[in-house]
Amino acid sequence: MAEALSRPGKARLGRLFVYGCLVVVALLYLMPLWVMVVTSLKPLDEIYGGSFIGVPKVVTLDAWRAAWSEACIGTECTGLKPYFVNSLLMVIPAVALSTGIGAINGYILTKWRFPGANFVFGLLLFGCFLPYQAILIPMARTLGLLGLAGSIPGLVAVHASYGICFTTLFFRNYFVSLPDELTKAAMVDGAGFFRIFWSVILPTSIPIIVVSCIWQFTQIWNDFLFGVSFTSGSSSPITVALNNIVNVTTGRKQYNVDMAAAMIAAIPTLVVYIVAGRYFVRGLTAGAVKG
Amino acid sequence: MSTLEIDRVRKAYGHLEVLKEVSISIGTGDFLVLLGPSGCGKSTLLNMIAGLESITGGEIRIAGKTVNDLSPKDRDIAMVFQSYALYPTMTVRQNIEFGMKIRRIAQADRDRAVKTASDLLQITHLLDRKPSQLSGGQRQRVAMGRAIVREPKLFLFDEPLSNLDAKLRVDMRTEIKRLHARLGTTIVYVTHDQIEAMTLATRVAVMKDGVVQQLDEPQAVYDRPANVYVARFVGSPAMNIVPAVLEAEGSTATAVIDIARRPAARIAGISLSAEALRRYAGRKVLVGIRPENFSIATKSAASALTVDFDVVEPTGPDTLAVFQLGGVEVTARLPPRQARAGREAALAVDTSKIVLFDSETETRID
Repeated sequence: MAEALSRPGKARLGRLFVYGCLVVVALLYLMPLWVMVVTSLKPLDEIYGGSFIGVPKVVTLDAWRAAWSEACIGTECTGLKPYFVNSLLMVIPAVALSTGIGAINGYILTKWRFPGANFVFGLLLFGCFLPYQAILIPMARTLGLLGLAGSIPGLVAVHASYGICFTTLFFRNYFVSLPDELTKAAMVDGAGFFRIFWSVILPTSIPIIVVSCIWQFTQIWNDFLFGVSFTSGSSSPITVALNNIVNVTTGRKQYNVDMAAAMIAAIPTLVVYIVAGRYFVRGLTAGAVKG
Repeated sequence: MSTLEIDRVRKAYGHLEVLKEVSISIGTGDFLVLLGPSGCGKSTLLNMIAGLESITGGEIRIAGKTVNDLSPKDRDIAMVFQSYALYPTMTVRQNIEFGMKIRRIAQADRDRAVKTASDLLQITHLLDRKPSQLSGGQRQRVAMGRAIVREPKLFLFDEPLSNLDAKLRVDMRTEIKRLHARLGTTIVYVTHDQIEAMTLATRVAVMKDGVVQQLDEPQAVYDRPANVYVARFVGSPAMNIVPAVLEAEGSTATAVIDIARRPAARIAGISLSAEALRRYAGRKVLVGIRPENFSIATKSAASALTVDFDVVEPTGPDTLAVFQLGGVEVTARLPPRQARAGREAALAVDTSKIVLFDSETETRID
């Protein structure tokens, strides 16, 4: 009897240990977020009073309001609002362009193969490994020649072209698992290049489109280097504005406003991941499951 | 009129020649089966007929019109693929309609065509389902439906049954034959399964290494194979090919075959042209005997072979008996319960069905 009881007992102990570890690690990871949230909800006096990690005594959204519409960035005291809009104006066309072009590239590289297709794909892959710093100066020159320097369309062009390598890789690997007979059947049915793409290939690609959009959105929204290099002043994206809020202060450092601003800058990527994250995992593994 | 002429067609990828001057010509309503092992070029040839692969040399004519430079949609063909290639996000109805939509056929006509085809194939109840909700056999029917509504001059089938299980394959085979009888459209059908070729075809082209070995009616291919390769490829169990020496006896030939530990066996009375008889008398040849052309000898049979059965495999309707003859393994198809392993037996051979091959070129001697 005693032995029979001890075995499940041991298993329970083991499980307890596993869950214990998971909880500790989860808490460790959530700690910064916790500090950010509670700090952003405290009045400045309470923070300087020494309460950093604890629950706020007085909950106020003043810091959030300040970060959104009152905080000074450089000499302009407009808050993050216009820069948030800048980022949206940058991220939406850039994601759409890079995903669209990546999809067509992947379609051509798998279903309309041409001599040297693998070489072209290899070059595109090479683009994935190019460090940002390496292309800054040539890119600045190119934007200058195109008359797009220092503008949001310029930033869109940079992000869209830089993202094509990744999106092409995504779509190419996804389309490779679609049987070629599908395209052949559509050709016999009389469909042309774009008709096959639009009516046959794209409808099957929802998971990879979602993956590409999430990836590109996160990359572009969070980018700082391109933003700070290719824009200035009022055309900056939110990441650059956030940096300026945090670095430029007069008088006491407003930790609560800084935290609220950082949260505002992070919310869109969080939302995108929570809304579409389910597809993200599914889409990344979809190629592997298809027979 | 929907004839198909393949005129000295070649296909090469760089220096690799996969089709070497293939010429095949069939008439309206013919059912041509391209038969061969994988890599023989049969699927490539089908894709070239469809316009999905370019033609390196030669000409393909459909209904008398050269189609070399026409795109698939302008060749008036429809194709059924091995994987069915149904559009996964469309319903069965949308799958069948897709081609007609592209050709801008009016909705009413589309509905009528879908109804006719789905009635014919008994898939009316499946029209609103997605391909993923269908069984293999149902997908096969939908793929055929998509081809039928096209009302093409030529149907092309690329190994359409090889993804189905054995039972369903036989059923669908009958279905395809019935469909051909009803529609009367010319069909080109690719397979590696010789039974499918025998049962379906009006003309069989046996292919190997990009060359057509024989083009004929299925029964003729079976009875009079052009060479040893065809003889072995068509028929199951395969035709027995036994080395022998030919002797002339009057106007007929006698094949003399070595048997281990016994006097040489003599199969007499093989009819042969006088010229061939003169040429091959005293020379080595290969004797082709179908398994069913052996029978248990009656006492009076003169040309009986005495053999020892190694293995006996009952299949139900008949029994396969394996023995050594002329240094090779030979299979005989005998009535059940007439053969036992390890026993000596006397076998008669139907000499009228014997086919002789040259021992070097391996081509048939007439």
